[in-house]
Amino acid sequence: MVSSSAAAVAGDAVAPADPSRSKLEISNLSIRYGNTVALREVNLTVREHEIFGIIGPANAGKTSLLKAINRMDVFTSGMKVAGEIRFNGRDTSKLSNVYALRSRIGVVFPLPVGLPMTVYDNVALSPRLRGISDKAELDVIVQRCLTRAALWDEVKDRLHALGSLLSGGQQQRLTIARALSQEPDLLMLDEFSIAVDPVTTMRIEDVLKELRQEVTILLVTNLVQQARRLADRTAFFLNGECVEVGITEDLFTGEVKDQRTRDYVEGRFG
Amino acid sequence: MATANPTMFQASDLNHHNERVQRRYRLLFGLMTLLLITPVMLILGTLVVKGGGAISWEFLLTAPTDGMRTGGVFPALLGTIWLVTVALILSVPIGIFAAIYLSEYAGDNWFTRTINLAIINLAGVPSIVHALFGLGAFVLFFEFGTSILAASLTLAVMTMPVVIVATRESLQAVPQAFREACWNMGATRWQTIRRVVLPNSLTGILTGVILEVSRTAGETAPIMFTGAVFFTPFLPQSVFDQTMALSLHLFVAATQVPGIAEEVPFGVALVLIGLVLTMNSVSIAFRMWLRGKKKW
Repeated sequence: MVSSSAAAVAGDAVAPADPSRSKLEISNLSIRYGNTVALREVNLTVREHEIFGIIGPANAGKTSLLKAINRMDVFTSGMKVAGEIRFNGRDTSKLSNVYALRSRIGVVFPLPVGLPMTVYDNVALSPRLRGISDKAELDVIVQRCLTRAALWDEVKDRLHALGSLLSGGQQQRLTIARALSQEPDLLMLDEFSIAVDPVTTMRIEDVLKELRQEVTILLVTNLVQQARRLADRTAFFLNGECVEVGITEDLFTGEVKDQRTRDYVEGRFG
Repeated sequence: MATANPTMFQASDLNHHNERVQRRYRLLFGLMTLLLITPVMLILGTLVVKGGGAISWEFLLTAPTDGMRTGGVFPALLGTIWLVTVALILSVPIGIFAAIYLSEYAGDNWFTRTINLAIINLAGVPSIVHALFGLGAFVLFFEFGTSILAASLTLAVMTMPVVIVATRESLQAVPQAFREACWNMGATRWQTIRRVVLPNSLTGILTGVILEVSRTAGETAPIMFTGAVFFTPFLPQSVFDQTMALSLHLFVAATQVPGIAEEVPFGVALVLIGLVLTMNSVSIAFRMWLRGKKKW
């Protein structure tokens, strides 16, 4: 029952990439925490198999947006979401099975969260939650996900060491491997490079470029140059408002509609 | 090229002062720690010196004779094991489940806050009040009579807050980020609790159980009216029987029996402490094993 509704949420996951199709349609989205408005009337569309960047200073509402997409509002007391989010064409606020939605969306947090279990168990957790218990099958998934997250070579000899004791950069790649083990439709990264050294950041960016073939990526970043390196299109958020959405290169070459975007991208504030 | 200032690394008066103050505080904290363990050492030492002579296999394995003056403590030892075991069976599951609900499921509202307040107050109720409650509720109202069941229920009610508070604290010590990572993958609350939260809070929960064992074994007032007797020639056969208990036996031997050899009450106390330490050592060993395994 879970798997059938998961497939329903996933839509046509096996269909070839169609950039004209939208993965995520967000309309009139507002988010409040009590009386504080975190996001105001945001409209944007994320297309299938693109890397969609979101830039903006702190308190722009970027993280709240990710929380709302993944329906994590139910775990956050006082968080009120208004407006509509359609994922694969389905209104997520009307889903009866939010677990299926969340299992289709991989999330990577600013600070790496290696769960206090072995490296192997970290990556095998999501498949196990889906009911896969066959050892050989899990082995294959774990190796594939760690390899795709560019971590396999470093941990293949200590798969049964604690994931929470890896270095920061390794834990962040472990988090990515864990997200990939969900076989996600959409990968959301929230300022993943904050606690990661530049070399690891570049390795992860290479991983993301390869993943673009298979998943849609929503990349929230505080580094405008990172958005320029990776994102096909980029949105600029400021104080809970989506100021502008455009082709990433346009934002950097001055083809902007709003002066605030130009100021932020050129480093005049934020 | 800058020449190094020769006085740069010389300690100033302020440095000396800070160092002196820091040493004084370290001494203070160390002395307090010493002060803390002194009574423990004195109690254990006195018991061993004065009661050690009474301990023998015969003392442990026979019943008292001649109005408690001679013989052993076996029925009381067995009775305390009964009381503690039944109390644990009753209170540990309920306490842990309630703590999981309060920590992982309940929202922060007036209802939860009232429950938490009630638990804290329950921990503060004097044991003699619990004794009278147990007498009224379990012995008389539920008609369990003076029995192990009634006494253990009373002990369970009394020590439940210890388990709940210890469990809740150790659940909340598991970082919220772990839960959120798990929820974000589509895990339910229960899957998250079972796979991430509980395995990492077991050591804290065991600490609560250890505390409860010690408290349950030593309590006298709650069992006096509800299930423990000064003397019975019969060993308990089921939870509906009365029983002797070490704590009550110690009270009687120390105050109610004229002409008893001085080493007997000390011996009883030594047996009681030995029993608690033995029961605890099992969970302490388990806890050390767990602690070696889990880390973040």
